[in-house]
Amino acid sequence: MDILIVFEAKEGQAHRMSLEAVAAAQSMAKELNLTTAVLVMGKDAKSLAENASALDVGEVLTLEHDLLSEYSADGYTEALKQIIAQESPSYVVMGYTYQARDWVPKVSAQLTIPYISDVISVKAEGESPVFTRMVYNGKLISDITPTGGETAIVSFQAAAYPEDSVISGSAETRSVEVELGASMISTVSEPPFQEESGGVDLSGAEVIVSVGRGIGKEENIPLVEALAKSLNAEVGSSRPIVDAGWLPTFRQVGSSGQSVAPKLYLALGISGAIQHIVGMKGSKNIVAINKDAEAPIFEIADYGVVGDILEILPKLTEAIEQ
Amino acid sequence: MKIGVLVKQVPVSDSSLRVNPDQLWVEEGSLNFEMNENDSYALEEALQIKEQSGEGEVVAISMGPADRTPKIIREALSKGADRGIHIVESSSHESDPYILATLFNEAVKDEGFDLVLSGLQSDDMSTGQTGLILGELLGMSTATMVVETEIQGENLKVKRELESGWFQWVTLSLPACVTIQSGINQPRYASLKGIMSAKRKEIRELQKDELMTGDSLQSLSKMYVQHKDKRTEMIEGDTQEIVSRLVDVFKSEAKVL
Ligand SMILES: Cc1cc2nc3c(=O)[nH]c(=O)nc-3n(C[C@H](O)[C@H](O)[C@H](O)COP(=O)(O)OP(=O)(O)OC[C@H]3O[C@@H](n4cnc5c(N)ncnc54)[C@H](O)[C@@H]3O)c2cc1C
Repeated sequence: MDILIVFEAKEGQAHRMSLEAVAAAQSMAKELNLTTAVLVMGKDAKSLAENASALDVGEVLTLEHDLLSEYSADGYTEALKQIIAQESPSYVVMGYTYQARDWVPKVSAQLTIPYISDVISVKAEGESPVFTRMVYNGKLISDITPTGGETAIVSFQAAAYPEDSVISGSAETRSVEVELGASMISTVSEPPFQEESGGVDLSGAEVIVSVGRGIGKEENIPLVEALAKSLNAEVGSSRPIVDAGWLPTFRQVGSSGQSVAPKLYLALGISGAIQHIVGMKGSKNIVAINKDAEAPIFEIADYGVVGDILEILPKLTEAIEQ
Repeated sequence: MKIGVLVKQVPVSDSSLRVNPDQLWVEEGSLNFEMNENDSYALEEALQIKEQSGEGEVVAISMGPADRTPKIIREALSKGADRGIHIVESSSHESDPYILATLFNEAVKDEGFDLVLSGLQSDDMSTGQTGLILGELLGMSTATMVVETEIQGENLKVKRELESGWFQWVTLSLPACVTIQSGINQPRYASLKGIMSAKRKEIRELQKDELMTGDSLQSLSKMYVQHKDKRTEMIEGDTQEIVSRLVDVFKSEAKVL
């Protein structure tokens, strides 16, 4: 095959971003006239293979090995290296998941092949693809081309290609093998766990008033709480507010925190980094107030105000209370 | 415990960015630079690990132009790093994480670090790869997105952040290279005494052009502004007008009032 799509499991099924990667690969395959295959590995290989064989891909490669049943960066790295050697794909694609962050650069380093991370789109220039990715926290875009190696690895940003654009079909499975030894794995991992949320499930909230670093200092947080109260809303926040300890962890919206989809999401002094946006872009109405007219949050806002939240918040609360 | 920390200078976060006429990089002339946020967490973690073990050394390592990079290294020194290494480059147009990592590898491979820390990504190119590739080139065990560390004899135990509020503990054998996620600690401010003593600390300069690199694996062919596809209604006017339109939107569009 030309494009090998590496699947990742989430709760036993294909990760949403793996399906998005299929959508990306299918679009690449169409534009550049390439063939595709999916690679599934780990303890969920069987159910992932089932997911994958219902898609319009060339074939599904299943890889089962005791040392791959639990994820380890070293194990996955070694396995993909061997599969690349056996199958010689021109491209290896996957979602830019947190797990991909942890191991895929190692494959690139060990094989000295390009790895272009967090890609938002692919366009064809002649025979070869050009990959587009965000730089400077989403303020600018850059075009990247692989320049060395027989194989290039590419990972796609969440929602860059929508899951519902995946073309279904049917594909045969084929089992593949690698040789792994326990000594190749230099880390010992414990089972994943969730921290006591102790708090609120923001996912059901109808209105969320969310605060970012633009609030300036901890003493200003009550301005946000007052507005939330007037709107009968939950308070949400971006990561830096939680990092600073100004609000508890369960208030964080984004890829590391909660995913929300309220009727109204008010983003106050939030720049709109992708890791925040993935957690709230499903909101029905997004209203952003930011003093920087170029802040990426305005890319996804339905309503935007270029202004100072410290000035607007008290007046807005007052107006709502009347 | 001998610890290396990668610290990068990046444009301050609310910078207004303009692309150069060649469309290959941003105009840097008028920008102000600061330490990449995740790197400042990595630096603090390194300082705390050293303080807890009661001995050792923290070395701050940075690559960048001569005008702005020493300031970032001095900041690390004034917070408590013991010495610095500066890879001097004439321009900062390097976007291939593999090349960056090979340069760092050349600069530090003889240091014998027990631990190398860096932020999990930089706020400019954000490839999220440089630290991890350096760990590979140095032959170290690796982990990413670390939000807690604990030295246990010959091992390092780290708490890794997973998606949506999940975590996992991973034990690595030293020497190790890990990338640090924000929020792991509360970075300190430099004390006046720290600032004074930083002036006497060594910063070793290496010229980028004299270091060996591998062949590049990817190249940036164009940088530009994203075109916008969502229609945003921009609400304008004085504060009173803005407030009343917002209330209107809450009532009649979002229907939450
Ligand atoms: C792996 C990973 C996971 C992450 N997970 C998350 C996550 O789950 N959630 C999350 O939010 N982030 C997450 N982040 C961090 C994310 O990349 C951003 O750093 C973060 O979202 C920025 O928060 P912010 O917008 O509040 O701060 P900044 O980016 O600093 O933006 C502050 C904004 O406030 C504006 N402002 C300043 N003063 C005022 C004022 N007076 N009035 C109006 N506007 C003002 C500024 O113009 C600026 O746009 C993650 C990052 C990584 C790498």
